[in-house]
Amino acid sequence: MTADPLLKVTNLTKVYTGRPSLVGRMLGRAPVNVRAVSDVSLSVNRGEILGLIGESGCGKSTLGRAILRLHEPTAGKVEFGGTDITALPAPDMKAMRRRMQIIFQDPYASLNPRRTVAEIVGLPLQLHGLAKTRSEMREKVALMLEKVGLKAGQLDRYPHQFSGGQRQRIGIARALISNPEFIVCDEPVSALDVSIQAQIIQLLQDLKREFALTYLFISHDISVIGYLSDRVAVMYLGEIVEMGPVESILARPRHPYTQSLMSAVPEVEASDKSQRVQLSGDLPSPLSPPSGCKFHTRCPLAIDICRQRQPETERVGTGHTAACHRLKENLSLLEGARA
Amino acid sequence: MSVIEQSAPVAAESLFRRNMAAFVENRLAFGSAIVVVLFVLMAIFAPWIAPNDPYATNLFFRLQPPVWMEGGDRAYPLGADALGRCILSRIIYGARISIFIGAAVILVATTIGILAGLAAGYLRGWVDVVISRLVDILLGFPYLIFAIGLMAMMGPGLGNIILALAYKEWVIPCRVVRGETLVTRELEYVEAARALGASGKHIMLREILPNILSPVIVVATIRMAHVIILEASLSFLGLGVQPPTASWGAMVADGRAFILESWWVSTFPGLAILLLVLAINVASQGLRDAFDPRFTE
Amino acid sequence: MSDDILLEVRGLRTVFDTRAGQVCAVDGVDVTVNRGECLGIVGESGSGKSVTFASVMGLVRSPGRIEAGEIVFDGTDLRKLSPRKMQALRGRDIAMTMQDALTALNPALTVGEQLAEMLEAHDDDLPRRRGARRAAIQARSVEMLTLVGIPSAGDRLRQYPHEFSGGMRQRIMIAIALASKPRLLIADEPTTALDVTIQAQVLELISKLRAELGMSVVLITHDLGVVAEHCDRVMVMYAGQVVEEGPTAQVIRDPRHPYTRGLLASIPRPALRGQPIRPIDGQVPDLVDLPPQCRFLDRCPEAGEACRHLIDMHPAGPARRARCIRIAVPETEKA
Repeated sequence: MTADPLLKVTNLTKVYTGRPSLVGRMLGRAPVNVRAVSDVSLSVNRGEILGLIGESGCGKSTLGRAILRLHEPTAGKVEFGGTDITALPAPDMKAMRRRMQIIFQDPYASLNPRRTVAEIVGLPLQLHGLAKTRSEMREKVALMLEKVGLKAGQLDRYPHQFSGGQRQRIGIARALISNPEFIVCDEPVSALDVSIQAQIIQLLQDLKREFALTYLFISHDISVIGYLSDRVAVMYLGEIVEMGPVESILARPRHPYTQSLMSAVPEVEASDKSQRVQLSGDLPSPLSPPSGCKFHTRCPLAIDICRQRQPETERVGTGHTAACHRLKENLSLLEGARA
Repeated sequence: MSVIEQSAPVAAESLFRRNMAAFVENRLAFGSAIVVVLFVLMAIFAPWIAPNDPYATNLFFRLQPPVWMEGGDRAYPLGADALGRCILSRIIYGARISIFIGAAVILVATTIGILAGLAAGYLRGWVDVVISRLVDILLGFPYLIFAIGLMAMMGPGLGNIILALAYKEWVIPCRVVRGETLVTRELEYVEAARALGASGKHIMLREILPNILSPVIVVATIRMAHVIILEASLSFLGLGVQPPTASWGAMVADGRAFILESWWVSTFPGLAILLLVLAINVASQGLRDAFDPRFTE
Repeated sequence: MSDDILLEVRGLRTVFDTRAGQVCAVDGVDVTVNRGECLGIVGESGSGKSVTFASVMGLVRSPGRIEAGEIVFDGTDLRKLSPRKMQALRGRDIAMTMQDALTALNPALTVGEQLAEMLEAHDDDLPRRRGARRAAIQARSVEMLTLVGIPSAGDRLRQYPHEFSGGMRQRIMIAIALASKPRLLIADEPTTALDVTIQAQVLELISKLRAELGMSVVLITHDLGVVAEHCDRVMVMYAGQVVEEGPTAQVIRDPRHPYTRGLLASIPRPALRGQPIRPIDGQVPDLVDLPPQCRFLDRCPEAGEACRHLIDMHPAGPARRARCIRIAVPETEKA
């Protein structure tokens, strides 16, 4: 694949400031800062799927929303198709939104219960002046509905008349109708039953091919990410700890967190779990992240330096990077276990 | 996942129809709603229903008792007041004032409240600070005394009464709308609209407002009963609608001097206030139960 | 009834009366749980897997009711027990953990108080004298929290549920469930709300405790992977019925019901990159007024005319059964 970055994110940071209440301020309490996304750089090439994986609270959804400026980034740059969108004034940003869309996790919360399918899916057409008349709009919506596997006759129904999987299809239709180039898929199948999940994954793949789309696919499920993505980025407490081509990450995960994530997934097929890396303890609170390498509190390989210094991101293979002080030792451990 | 949720079928009927069905099933509330409707019809068709001209004085019938009492006359079913005016006719015409002022005040207040509440809840920041402080300050004023002060300043008149009552009344829908907006703005469909490039105005009026309207309507009906009482109180104090216009509050006040010998002069308009307010309250509580189950849980 | 059987459910039928009509959430379900085994119950939303065990626990409330069936626990028919006796049995002999630990725990009581309440109600070995009793409860509580892997248990007893993380709360709920040393633990989606690395810890814990305490476990889940790694036997449920049951390894290697096959084919796997996954088409049928035919008919790629009547469970090999008339077909195809 030739590297043709459609999206380039440089040192993106998102800090949420929780202001103390009036009483808290009088008592001299300082505002609480949460670095949900910390200094993240990545790029997504035209036509590829970048899988972004991490556990709840790691900042993966925030990253997706900061890229779309749904939550304004605190620092850093997002370039889309060569344009720096972080500095774009409102009218230009609105025009840009037609080209970059999002599919949400919750098929219930993401559709306005008081609006019909025609209104929900037709909204982008209306906002961006893509349909001149009402009948033209309905025609386009009907066409889109058929593309996502719904019936044109369901135009005037309300969201509560659909099942979860069908609602997710409506959400997908809404994201695609303005003919965007890039879609952030924020856990689009996590809320669905297994058999419905497979239908939606299949649909997203088909649509990607048909409309030449580029996805940033956010999920906590390594099976889904491993199946769909071309490249994978692993996030832990607001940072990307490992990134690379999916084959490389699956075959040779280099960061101990990625390794534990992969061995923790229960699999249907009996697999060799002798190298299972089981983590102890919980995700630390993002309010007071650990010093040094943020993973050291749960890492089986942690030594003194991990507590003191943040590791640099290093190249460990073709297009494969990882941030860990103990990459070499980890590698020899892996080889040892295999031998 | 709860046991019920797992097995609940997808209902095909509309939410509104389901709520409406629940409301109709609540017999007391539905009956009260019919009473309210009857009052409204009575106000609209007053000239056709009223047996007499409400303004025609006839000193010959001064303090005439109701028809079932000794000395009563069929021409004046509920008797006559100190100027010999037909009490029933005045009550029928008085319904116009009570309902019109109640509806107008609620309409003005709710419109202001919705706009202010949406702005405060959605835009946050300094807009929220300004509106919320203003609301806090207004809430600190005693309602009736505030209205009396305003009426004394502005002088009597229908428009002034509506203004004097709406001045503070908007605070209540405003607080409801602001709270609901704060919750709704965080929902994903609002975020979806933003992702599509929708403006703040579109999000507030098209995405959020339709979803928070139920509690607002419920609160508006409850408050309407309150406003009707306030209007009656102002009229009772002589600050409301000016004579000879028939107003229930003023009629109660007129009868005060004869309460012992001619009790009917004050009692019947008082009963009219009681009945309408009670009916509105019961009906609005039924509405609340049917349309906003959160309140009852 | 054999001595090995701890729980036996026969012909359970649980219905819910709704505005739209009667929803038959559980229809003719048989379950057998042997002593010391881990039984996996797999199904999607609406399959009736949770309602089945809510029925066993006597936790189905109006508008739901158990219409028919026998629930025999260790020789006692639970449906014939008085509510009071059922209450005593619940928690003491059969314990259940819920998916959402935050709502299942009482937010107003400390973890220690909730553990103590459970011990007071169900532990008969506690000494009578007040001082000694309190000390014994304290000691048992610390023991239970330590057992489920919560460090510095003594101090944490004084904390409230919200002060714990999701994984820790799930452990606490397991600790409370296990405090009375139940003979059967029903774990309803114990890890669905948890992250994978935490999920691995909690499942490992349940397996370990089962071995140590010699209890039986019913693991309700939608994740076939969880079942594959932790359960001896598996029951697959669909639209209120059991459609397949048998030893886990066999069911997964050679599924006999088309739904089980579809479910397995639906799981995306990195190994299948580039190949299309074969999802099951359509949706779960509405459970109101189901026609008397195979419930999977509309979604089944192999369905034929013969499927248009009520289908029973058919034997499908040693200790295996499946609700499909074509069970024999794969065998003949192979031949």
